[in-house]
Amino acid sequence: MTTLGLENNLRSSQQWKWHAGVVAFAIVWFAVYGQLIPISEWITSLLPIDRNSHTGEAIAFFLYDVPKVMMLLTLIVFAMGVVRSWFSPEKTRALLSGKREGVGNVMSASLGILTPFCSCSAVPLFIGFVSAGVPLGVTFSFLIAAPMVNEVALVLLFGLVGWKVALTYLAFGLGIAIVAGFIIGKLRLEGWLQDWVRDIHSGANSGIAVEGERLSMVDRYRLGIEAVREIFGKVWMWIILGIGMGALIHGYVPEDLMVRIMGADAWWSVPVAVLMGIPMYTNAAGVIPIVEALLGKGAALGTVLAFMMSVIALSLPEMIILKQVLTLRLIAVFVGVVASGILAVGFLFNLIF
Amino acid sequence: MKIVKVYGPGCARCETTEAMVKDAAARLGVEVEVEKVTDAKSIAMAGIMSTPGISVDGELVHAGGLPDVAKLEGWLGA
Repeated sequence: MTTLGLENNLRSSQQWKWHAGVVAFAIVWFAVYGQLIPISEWITSLLPIDRNSHTGEAIAFFLYDVPKVMMLLTLIVFAMGVVRSWFSPEKTRALLSGKREGVGNVMSASLGILTPFCSCSAVPLFIGFVSAGVPLGVTFSFLIAAPMVNEVALVLLFGLVGWKVALTYLAFGLGIAIVAGFIIGKLRLEGWLQDWVRDIHSGANSGIAVEGERLSMVDRYRLGIEAVREIFGKVWMWIILGIGMGALIHGYVPEDLMVRIMGADAWWSVPVAVLMGIPMYTNAAGVIPIVEALLGKGAALGTVLAFMMSVIALSLPEMIILKQVLTLRLIAVFVGVVASGILAVGFLFNLIF
Repeated sequence: MKIVKVYGPGCARCETTEAMVKDAAARLGVEVEVEKVTDAKSIAMAGIMSTPGISVDGELVHAGGLPDVAKLEGWLGA
């Protein structure tokens, strides 16, 4: 056998080990996940606290939710990390460049979910898109969808609040990104970009794309693991803090108070929720456990969703970053359009549910 | 002497990438000058849409995510 053959053999046996490892992990995952309630109840029963007291309620909630959320995150972030290895900003840009508005907005918002995105590269990405002839409105659809409809938000909503709310969030998040981008496109605001951006834009310098690095399946698994490591490094504190807050609300906040402040009858609660959300900058991980607890205490779904969308999609730090490429007027339009969309979703939900 | 530029606005991954480049260069015994590009405009002008990005002697070799160690050594060694 030649050395090359040996090497190939070695590689394929290594690949099989990886595949087997992923399958084994999935089996263990599902086995443990199914037993989380008994495990958490058992641990709570070991503590010298009355299970039915406020403290007991809060602790049981915390002990069940933390491992549940961590496990869901591991699974989904890994899967998304692997899936995303087939997408890249360069490919997405090629798909979107020269697309008409309308179709372009729909594609762009959907690709916003699948394309790896980090808000720290929002500016280079924005310029890369616009300079390659992706229409401004289509670019905005991407920039709204990418942070708002992210897998962490969906996992947490699914795990803590239920699949119906998660799906509705997905649908309306996409909807807002599509419609807001479409409106911004129709307003023809290209002139409101910062001057230097407009220059690259009209010069149509499409930039050099990095040659797609060829990835093996093992490389993709590795990317999935890296994604999990990164998410955990970044958000575990938020999750524990958020679930801790949620546990306190769960155990201590009286129900009628919540209904009065955040119930469906208080119409003003939706705009207040949106306004409160803008300066707050936590990621989805910190907000959702609180959302769950608020819902459990009778807060209206629309109000709570509006709050959550506002916290995630409209953040002050991101606007400061975007100020490098957009004029203040354009940022104001962006915030106005997105905030109106969120308001509409909030009111609509309070009417329906 | 190779001139390596690490593009990134200063996020944690960009710092890690810079350290990885220096480590790899030290391991290979290649002399490098590492320059960090943090300004969004310059990053965008280099054609990078996802950070961190790496260029070696003016040629863009990587964009988005931490580089693979073996590939990084390849870029520096070549």
